[in-house]
Amino acid sequence: MQPASSVGIVVPQTAHFTTPLTLKSGAVLPCYDLVYETYGTLNADKSNAILVCHALSGNHHVAGVYAEHDKKPGWWDNMVGPGKPIDTERFFVIGLNNLGGCHGSTGPASIDPASGQPFGSRFPLVTVEDWVESQTRLADSLGIRQFAAVMGGSLGGMQALHWSIQHPERVRHCLVIASAPKLTAQNIAFNDVARQAILTDPDFHGGDFYAHNTRPRRGLRLARMLGHITYLSDDVMGSKFGRVLRSGAFNYGYDVEFEIESYLRYQGDKFAESFDANTYLLMTKALDYFDPTHHHASGKLSDALKPAQADFLVLSFTSDWRFAPERSREIVKALLDNECRVSYAEITSGHGHDAFLMPDTHYHSLVRAYMERVAS
Amino acid sequence: MMRHDFHTIANWVKPGSKVLDLGCGDGSLLKFLQDTRQARGYGVELTDANILAGVKNGINIIQNDLESGLSVFESGSFDHVILSQTLQAMRHTEAILREMLRVGREGIVTFPNFGYWKNRLQVLRGNMPVSDDIPYQWYDTPNVHLCTMHDFEALCIKLGFHIRERVVMTAGTPVRFLPNLAGSLAVYRFGRVQ
Repeated sequence: MQPASSVGIVVPQTAHFTTPLTLKSGAVLPCYDLVYETYGTLNADKSNAILVCHALSGNHHVAGVYAEHDKKPGWWDNMVGPGKPIDTERFFVIGLNNLGGCHGSTGPASIDPASGQPFGSRFPLVTVEDWVESQTRLADSLGIRQFAAVMGGSLGGMQALHWSIQHPERVRHCLVIASAPKLTAQNIAFNDVARQAILTDPDFHGGDFYAHNTRPRRGLRLARMLGHITYLSDDVMGSKFGRVLRSGAFNYGYDVEFEIESYLRYQGDKFAESFDANTYLLMTKALDYFDPTHHHASGKLSDALKPAQADFLVLSFTSDWRFAPERSREIVKALLDNECRVSYAEITSGHGHDAFLMPDTHYHSLVRAYMERVAS
Repeated sequence: MMRHDFHTIANWVKPGSKVLDLGCGDGSLLKFLQDTRQARGYGVELTDANILAGVKNGINIIQNDLESGLSVFESGSFDHVILSQTLQAMRHTEAILREMLRVGREGIVTFPNFGYWKNRLQVLRGNMPVSDDIPYQWYDTPNVHLCTMHDFEALCIKLGFHIRERVVMTAGTPVRFLPNLAGSLAVYRFGRVQ
């Protein structure tokens, strides 16, 4: 039995689109699939829909489970469900797997209808802007003209922000959580180290490893280990693992000795088995490219955010050094410059960037209180 | 219960003004100004509990430490900047007053008047004052810079501020005779010297 606060057993759906999508890069996807899940009920005037955008390694499975005894619920199951901060008794919540993903939506591992082979290296780079465009088409197909809210954490927050700029009339509320207006050089650097780990793996085969019946496990594992370190804080690593040794003594070798090594390798291995290397490359590039000021002569974020009409909730976490509170404050400042309705909270947490996925009481109370406003 | 200074402040806020409420607490003043004066604006708060209360109250609330300044707000972007019963808890008193008139055209400040006769009496008796407007024991108070009306007015002169209006009250009733002695709560409206 799933607890009463779970949306229960959910089934992903697939939307097929045949209108060609011209991407920012200039490449064209003649047709594509988007896999999505929905929770709750769309009301008669279709005004209670909430779009949840996912982060780097996320997908459409936001809440609920796939089977009765499924131990792993959706990635934001603590946030979305009946009576939860995003209350599915009131809202119709949509999660989708972004284009280029590896959980059902058309991506590098999908079969290219033109060749009958996986896209692999031929799958074009997609950007946050392209994702938002594909999401508008999904909204259209569901008859949703305006979202009650578009929300997301990290890369998902960037998508929510872009929604508010690109389609201001389609977003009533925008929740940008643990995000940034654009990556810093340090962040791009981390992403490139992760990409180099994958690109230089001998099993990568220029992105066409599918044809060789292999996958660049070592590279993907390193990329994930690096990412994982940056998503945690020094404090949480210290309290969780410290310098604890598995055998209780130094072995003076390169095998796993410290608990943190064991943990990271385990996480890396797990990820390397389940995630597509090309998708990881593509998603990190989408992160790097995102910059709402890119096409503005002034280069000012406040100019880029001028079109926004939504009400905003911006949240950051104190120990998040990859998407630090200062970056959220840049978004807040730009919204204030435009006299947008915005609230901002800096949540005290030791969990680093990953805090946005954790069930912190104050954090959830804030989202719950804000959603009261969205519902009214 | 609505605080005594709310109505005085609301009378000074022109309908439709853009206001910034510093140390806005749970946002009840800003909500009152939205409801009665159709004011638009933001509250600034530091504590988590007040941020949550402000979101529940339906106001725009920004978590920020006033002691670190108001750099998130552009110069001249507000009609009124309000510091209601917070001045006495500020460490950087001069800095926040200057910031108020940087981001706003007019400042509104309210504070408990340390010159109120009951406060003076308690000091004369040898104790730090505890009253409705200063409801803290000396060892457990957020207040670090208590002042009298005379003191505040002298600071305004030093900073080059022009006091446009002042209302003094005790238990909600306006006081006109010997305000620095008879008034427990002072409410000031000030701008730059023209």
